[in-house]
Amino acid sequence: MSQSLPVRTGRALLPWLVPLSLVLAWQAAAQAGLISHRVLPAPLEVLKAGAALTESGDIWSNLKISFWRVAVGFVIGLALGLATGVSRLAEGALDTTVQMLRNIPPLALIPLVILWFGIDEGAKVFLVAFGTVFPVYLNTYLGIRSIDPALIEMAKSYGLSGFGLFRHVLLPGALPSILMGARFALGIAWIILIVAETISSTSGIGYMAMNAREFLQTDVVVLSILLYALLGKATDMAARALERASLRWHPSYQAA
Amino acid sequence: MDRFIPPAAGSALQLTGLSQRFGQRRVLDALDLTIPAGQFVALVGRSGCGKSTLLRLLAGLDQPSAGHIDNDAPPSDTRVMFQDARLLPWKTVLDNVGLGLSGQWRDAARAALAEVGLADRADEWPTRLSGGQRQRVALARALVHQPRLLLLDEPLGALDALTRIDMQQLLERLWQHHRFTTLLVTHDVGEAIALADRVLLIEDGRIGLDLAIDLPRPRDAADPARLALEAQVLARVRQQPQPEPVTPPARPTPLPSQLRWSL
Repeated sequence: MSQSLPVRTGRALLPWLVPLSLVLAWQAAAQAGLISHRVLPAPLEVLKAGAALTESGDIWSNLKISFWRVAVGFVIGLALGLATGVSRLAEGALDTTVQMLRNIPPLALIPLVILWFGIDEGAKVFLVAFGTVFPVYLNTYLGIRSIDPALIEMAKSYGLSGFGLFRHVLLPGALPSILMGARFALGIAWIILIVAETISSTSGIGYMAMNAREFLQTDVVVLSILLYALLGKATDMAARALERASLRWHPSYQAA
Repeated sequence: MDRFIPPAAGSALQLTGLSQRFGQRRVLDALDLTIPAGQFVALVGRSGCGKSTLLRLLAGLDQPSAGHIDNDAPPSDTRVMFQDARLLPWKTVLDNVGLGLSGQWRDAARAALAEVGLADRADEWPTRLSGGQRQRVALARALVHQPRLLLLDEPLGALDALTRIDMQQLLERLWQHHRFTTLLVTHDVGEAIALADRVLLIEDGRIGLDLAIDLPRPRDAADPARLALEAQVLARVRQQPQPEPVTPPARPTPLPSQLRWSL
């Protein structure tokens, strides 16, 4: 594994090659007058809008609120998924219901959710939780079911049961699968939040974008879209870091 | 290292009218057996004759259809070693040995690892170990509980010949030191004669042969008396017709179609 510095830097930059060239091409096209700035503002204008909003502090408060909504909804989804995935009793009582509910697109609930919760925080958190609970639930369930029964038998013969069995065998054994579900759920959480924020909100990035549309501020609209892309990437990177830290034992995470 | 694991006395076993059936097939049929404390017993027989079934009953992993087992030690003093090491891949070697222990268990676990010669691998992941090393970790995990009854379900079956011989010597040494009652299930008659005080052959669900092995230890592989015994037992095993294979009903793993995947 002895590679020269240029090779390693090249490797690190490779994933960013495509997005960077796209941005450059976009800027060139805008400057050449090929794209009207009403339709799509140049990247530099978007950056300027970003700088202005950062200075006024709007961008941070909206970012914080959006992030908070995803976090709360995600944690509720994870807790419900773990409970049903681990406990046979909870599974028996809830599995059929969950299988029925998960076929409802979360966004179809928006009218009802607005009636129930208004357009407050509760509505967004509910929608995000509703969308994230199913992938987390299904992957947790699958992860626990796919643990080698021989290992569970061994652990029981060594006197483990109840919480001890959960902590030492079931949870770590299911963790790769749970984290997979978590990454999947994070993607869904952002999608739902975006829609929920654009439809009914008085804060958040989606609101910022809809507000900008009213005033024909295309640069702010594009900025919001880019922010969502960056936020999605950031949460995915966090989930992967968590994966690497907690799956050190897994052969595919060990350095060769 | 003797400081941490004092020799524990073996437990005595009394099996009365023990029967086990899977569907129509009787695997064990009213089997009676007495095993005195500290004895090293080897169970041999054709595959499917019920030796592993008997071991699982003694381990409490299955319940017998009829009859009962008297063990003068509580169930927590019985430990099983399986054919595969069954180490938890997400725990380090040391944490695997300490499974099920509480309080200040690290010193005891390190001492047990030292006994099987793996003290220097304590902080590695099990996936990094060879098959023989994994079995030694599994042995350390059993020893750290100071078992009074050690059940060995073909633990050396998957090892290469040289590793097997090393493991056999290790097992004999540990048994001589700790004096736990040992029941070894094996399909290797030579291994049974090398290690055991007493060789039992299971046929038709009962004890078909009960042979005391009085050879001095350590046993020489080329000793004519040992070779003669080996030939005698092997001839007896081969007289028996091959029983129809029986697989105990294991917990079914879900089929892909039974799992409902998202999106």
